[in-house]
This record gives sequence, C-alpha cells and structure tokens, in this order.
Amino acid sequence: MFADFLFRRLSLLLFMLFALTAFTFALNYLFPGDLLTNFSGELNANYSQTQILEQKYHIDDNLLIQYQAFLVRLFQGDWGLSLSSGQAVFGHVKQLFPATIELCVYALIVALCLGIPAGVICSAYHNKWPDKVISSLTLLGFSIPVFWLALLLIMIFCLSFGWFPMSGRIGLLYEIPPVTNFILLDIWLHDFPYGGQAFADALHHLTLPTVVLAMYPTTVLVRFTRDSMLTVLEQNYIKTARAKGLNRRQLILDHALRNALLPVIKQIGLQFSTLITLAMVTEVIFSWPGIGRWMIESIYQRDYPAIQGGLLAVSFFVIFANMLADVIHTLLDPLARNQAHGKV
Amino acid sequence: MLSVLISGCGDRTAQAQRKIQGIVYCAEANPVSFNPQVTTTGSTIDIIANQLYNTLISIDPLTAEFRPELATAWEISEDGKQITFTLRKDVTFHSTDYFTPTRTMNADDVVFSFNRLFDVYNPFHFVGDANYPYFQSVGMDQLIRRIVKVDDYTVRFELFSSESSFLSNIATDFAVILSQEYAMQLVEQENKQDFDMLPVGTGPYKYKGFLRDNLIRYHKHPGYWKHDLAMDQLVYDITTNNTSRIAKMLTKECDITAHPSATQLETLAARSDIRVDKAVNLNVGYWAFNTEKPPFDNVLVRKALAHSIDFQKIMKAVFYGNGIQARSILPPSSWAFQTQAMPSYDPERAREFLIQAGYPDGFEMDLWAMPVSRIYNPNARKMAELIQSDLREIGIRATIVEYEWNTFLERVGKHEHDSVLLGWAADTPDPDNFFSPLLSCTATFSGKNPANWCHPEFDLLLTQALDTTDLQQRKQFYQQAQQMLIAELPVVPIAHGMRFQASNTSVMGIELRPFGGISLANARKN
Repeated sequence: MFADFLFRRLSLLLFMLFALTAFTFALNYLFPGDLLTNFSGELNANYSQTQILEQKYHIDDNLLIQYQAFLVRLFQGDWGLSLSSGQAVFGHVKQLFPATIELCVYALIVALCLGIPAGVICSAYHNKWPDKVISSLTLLGFSIPVFWLALLLIMIFCLSFGWFPMSGRIGLLYEIPPVTNFILLDIWLHDFPYGGQAFADALHHLTLPTVVLAMYPTTVLVRFTRDSMLTVLEQNYIKTARAKGLNRRQLILDHALRNALLPVIKQIGLQFSTLITLAMVTEVIFSWPGIGRWMIESIYQRDYPAIQGGLLAVSFFVIFANMLADVIHTLLDPLARNQAHGKV
Repeated sequence: MLSVLISGCGDRTAQAQRKIQGIVYCAEANPVSFNPQVTTTGSTIDIIANQLYNTLISIDPLTAEFRPELATAWEISEDGKQITFTLRKDVTFHSTDYFTPTRTMNADDVVFSFNRLFDVYNPFHFVGDANYPYFQSVGMDQLIRRIVKVDDYTVRFELFSSESSFLSNIATDFAVILSQEYAMQLVEQENKQDFDMLPVGTGPYKYKGFLRDNLIRYHKHPGYWKHDLAMDQLVYDITTNNTSRIAKMLTKECDITAHPSATQLETLAARSDIRVDKAVNLNVGYWAFNTEKPPFDNVLVRKALAHSIDFQKIMKAVFYGNGIQARSILPPSSWAFQTQAMPSYDPERAREFLIQAGYPDGFEMDLWAMPVSRIYNPNARKMAELIQSDLREIGIRATIVEYEWNTFLERVGKHEHDSVLLGWAADTPDPDNFFSPLLSCTATFSGKNPANWCHPEFDLLLTQALDTTDLQQRKQFYQQAQQMLIAELPVVPIAHGMRFQASNTSVMGIELRPFGGISLANARKN
C-alpha cells in the first residue's frame, strides 16, 4: 500500500521536475538579449568562443536536443556563469542556499517551539482569557507585513537601543570557513581561537532575522494546532476518555495531541514555500547573505543566468520539501495512504 | 539544537581571552580590480592602493614635498631626462595562499611593474585589455624611452624629454610596485588573468578573500618594512546603500564609513562615539558635454547650456554648504589657480545663444547622472533634476540617465553620452593632474576624457607647461589653459567638495589625504 503511494508521489515529482526544467529552459528564449549569453553567461564572447558555445548548447539542433543537452548540463552542475560576477551560478547557489535554509530552519524551530504549545494552550482554555489573548496576538502577528516588522525591529533594537546588529550572519572580523554553511555548526566544527565570542556574535546576528521570519509560521501553527485540537477534542473517543475520568492534562497530552498534530505536520511542509518567499524579504532587509538577496540583486542587474539558477534551486527545494512533508505525514497517518491521487 | 550547541561551547569561551582585532571599513562599491595600474575609479583606489601596495616615492600631504618610500633616494640628471632611483633593501612581498616569495624586492620588480604599463613586449601588457587609464591619459607611455636596471637596487628611467610632472606621476597611487616573481609564476601556470584579481604587493596588508557585494578581507603583512601593525585584519564591508552605511556606523558594525552624505552629517555628529573628519580635497565636480556629438560640437550651444543653470541652487540643495562654487576647473588651493569669469545664471542670455546657434525651439538631450555619491558630487541625481528643470526654462528637454557605477564609467569611456555629471579628485597636487587626464587628446583615446574634447592648442599649452620647471612660466601656461576652457566650455566646472569620513572615536591614525586615496596603514583601534 505504502509502496503504491510512494510510486504515485514519485511519478508526480518527476512530472513536476520536468515541467520546472522545461519552463527554465524556455526562459532562455523568453528573456531579452542574446540566446547564447542567456544560456552561458558569457558576455562579449569572441568568434572562436561563440563557435564552441554554439556546439556546446546545440543551438543549431532542434529544441528537443537542446533541452536534452540542457538537462545533462543541469545534472553536471554546469548552470552557466553569472553575468555580474563572472563566476559559476552553481557555485553561487551552493554557497548561498544553505544560508537561506539555515534561516528558514531556525525560524521553523522557533515557530514549532512557540506555535504548537500556544495552540494547545488555546484549545485547552477554549474561549477563556488565555485563548483570547493568544488568538489576538496571533491575529496581530499574522497581519503585520514582514518587511514592516523587520524595519520596526531594526529601528527599535538596532538603531535606538543598539542591542543587535542589523546586517549579516556574523561580525565580519570572524573568519569562519564554510563547511556545512550553517554558521553555528561551522563555528563548532572549526577550531577557532575566538570560538565562544564568534558563537555569541552569530547568535546575536541571528536573533532579529529569525524572529521576523518566525512570525508568520508561528501564527499559522498556533491557529492550525488550535483548530485541529478543538476538532479532535470533539471526537467520541475523547468524550469516552473523559467519561472514564481522565484529567485534562492526560486527555490532551496522551490522547488528543498525537492525532491533532497530523494535519499540522502536513502544514509545516506547505509552509516552506511561503517561508522561502518571506526569507527573501528578510534577507534583503538584514543583508543576510542568502539566495533570496542574491536573486533580488540579480533581477536588478538583469543577470539572467543567475535568475534562472536561483529560480530552479528554490523551486526544486520547495517541491522536495512539500513532498517530504507529505511522505512523513503518510507514514504517520495510515488513513492518508488511501488517497487515490498524489497532490502537491 | 541551539541549546545543545550553546552548552557545548561554554568551555571554548574560556579560551578566547584576547579580543579579536581588526578594523571594518564600510565601502560604497565593489572594487573593479585589485591592481591600481588598471583603473582610476576612486572607490577602488581607496580600497586597494595604500593598503596592499607601496610606491617608489610619495607626496607629503602637508608640505607637498616628495617622500621616500620604496626608493630611498632619487637623482635627476641635468637635462632632466634621466631619473635614477635607489631602492630600499629587505622589503618583502606578501606571502599568500597563492604565492610564496623567495626573494625580497629588487630592481627587477620595479622594471617589471613599469614595463607592464609601457612595453608591448611585456607578457602582462595585454592582460586586462591593455588599458592603463591614468598613465595613458597623462601621456607617460609617450614619455618613457626605457627603464634600465643599473644594479639590483638601482633603477634608471630614461625619458624622451624632461617633464616637470614626472615625479608627481610616479608618486601617485597608480604607480605601485608589483612582484615580478609572482608574475612569472602565473606565466608558468598559464593563469595570467589572475594577476590583477589576486594581488601581491609590499603594503601593510595582504589579500585574503573577496566575496562580491559582500566583503573583502585583508590580513596583516607580518614583515611589513615600515612598521609593525597592531591590527590583525582589515575588512571592507561592501554596502552600496548610503543610508545602510550610516545605519551600520550607528550600530557599530562599521568602524569607518566612506562618504557619508551631507544630510547625514548632523545625525553622525550628534553622537559622542562617532567622529566626523572633514578634509579639504583637491577635486572638481563638472558637467561635461560630448563635444564630438551635435549639437554639443557648437560652442554657442555649450554656452547656452552653461548660462541656463542656477549654480546657487545647486550649491544649496546638493552640497548643503559643504562645498565651494567653482571659479575654474582648478580648486582654489592649487598653486596654478586663477579665478575665471564663469558663466552666470542668465536664462535670457542662454536663450539668445540658442537662437544664434540655430535652435530657437531647443532640442532633446540626455543628461547622465552618476549613481554614487562622490566628494565632488554628493548627489548627482538631485543635481541632474535641478539642471533638468533649469533647461526646461530655455526649451531644452533633458532625460536623466543612470547606470550601475562600473557600467556607467565604461559607457562614458566609450562616449555614448550627450552630457554627463562627473568629477575628478586629484592624485597629486600638480595642476597637470586636472588637465591631462581629463581634457587632453591622449585622454580621449584612453576613454578618460568625458568631454571627448581634443584641442591641439590646449594640448600645446599643457606640453609647454610640462616642458619647463620654471614655476612662474608653468603658472602662466596653466592660466591660459584655464581661460581657454572657459571660452570653449567643453566642461562646466560646478563645485569643489569637501571630503568627509565618519569613524568610531576608538579608531586612530586614519590618513585622509587632500589628493589620492585613503591610507589605513597606521589605523589603530583602542
């Protein structure tokens, strides 16, 4: 049964990847400018270079062969050169994407640690004051535009009080060689004489961007957990358990929570696409050296190979994250396997 | 996960007794190269020249006298055609990840460094499109007959004719000494294009890494010949946005900030932990017309344009009282300066000139405004808007054009513009530095002359001024040259700005020079 489910999901994944790569390939034709430049990122190629590029990109062959060559290059990690830096796009992606994922992961951890307990509290005190306070705060957090929140926090905590730095991942004097590209892990792995200071400094830099980015998923998780818990608490088996004389703590933690969290897990996966979008805005405002900031700069500079590469990487990631959440959800919830068709 | 990491880190905190040392400088643009020979872009020179390299001699900012650097002595022959430099011994080059020197600096390095600029047979001459804008625009390539190694520590420059600005040019930030040994290593590795991007010099700091749009990291050069340095690192935080740079200064993320704008000075000065330095700087901001393009080839049109703009308004709205209105292309502190009868704001007269030139209904034109804030023009966009509205008064419809800074300079170099708001900050106190690199015929060919103006009589005046060492005579020639510029108006000088710099009060020893780039060689942090 599960294998059947997995097969359906994987075939859907393959179809999605095909559509994505076909779209990215088409962008080379849709973007203004020279086709060869869009493909390769080589500006001002001379005659012999142009010849070589034309052969490499099969410009004279039909579209199908061109697309095939495009796929081969994609898997080889040859994503062309960035027009503005002249360096390989894949190299940029490899270097910058982990910083974005790092930010998203920390924000998600914060969201999970705050959102789920808050949602549980809301449902436990349904329509009483804790529920009302948390729900109002959630509505507020949900409605604040992320860029505005970021600027507000910078104004208060960076410029007025001077408590936090306003840009980057770590003080620039700390030279941390990237291994995993997760800054805290890298500091840990690297035997650095100023390790403690660097770690504190990195946490210091992380705080505001993480808080800003965590705001939206936290509020979503609070609402979802609350609603899901309330639905579960209405179920007959809970009523039975209550009739048996279990107290509220036992009811919620031992019986309701596990079932209520199933739809929430699925929700976490779906949050990833929103999270990546919000991360881009956060990165720009906090000068976080991630892929979002790089992509937005590439758009400003009309750096077409970079836009393509960034788009591809981010879309790949979102699709995989969704798929993974779906699979995990199904593993934990046997009923979900009975769905006839895969959904993304 | 965070808590696990934090607890695991506790024992390491104890190890870190000494605080990490270094200076963070917030720069306004990416460097275009790491070799000053191939660029004249001020933002790049600030970042690379004085930090990574040394020159043979330098100019004292106060007395304007020549000081020994890598050359301990120099001697000029009687006819002025031979200049012999005695070199300093035991000067080490940087030892980096990509190069380890086996010998100290000697005459081979000096000969190589200059040969690269002038000798087409030098293996590096054509690397980087063979463009050496400063030296080409001042005509040095026409002046030097050859450069001879007399012995290991003596180098002789042989010139075709004597020229009074030769030593000044050798003392600019562009005349740096590079390692011949490193160059030969790159030739062997067939990797010559790295030469200008992975630098090796003799300066106080050595290159460690560059992340575009992000940062540049230099480490201390341990065997620096001049003095031992207190700072382990010098990091450039590339922050193109003016407001972000100031905000980072306020949050102490930057120790030094380049070019705060005049409007932000008050906010900065109000803080007790920030010092704002102000330095008189030899510079000029001007409006240049592409004199090869009609209708700007007509001097009457240029006069009409010059008379149409309200200089007072520009001084107030753009400089906020931190600059002086230009009375010539030369700033008043230059010894050759002479007040000129500048075109005044007179729209009626401007209209008359337009009618005489045959454009009674005006015309359409482009007005290029540089996208960055410089000393000589803190806000070119605003200046362009003011000029645009003034031009509308006399029936000329101007469109403001902007590009990213390096692209902007490249396109101006190709003379794609109609008119452009630009400027020049001097590299030496010699007045020739304002004329030859900007307005000579050779500068036109090397893409440095934004007015695209080549006037044989003007060039003759410059040559005559350079041929003599008699100061009075030189003064006369330069005064004639200034008069000619006002009569012909290939450029309209607008203002001379002050150079500003904000730094944390704990940082000492920043050397802001009236000409050339900034030197952080002696910068310290308490």
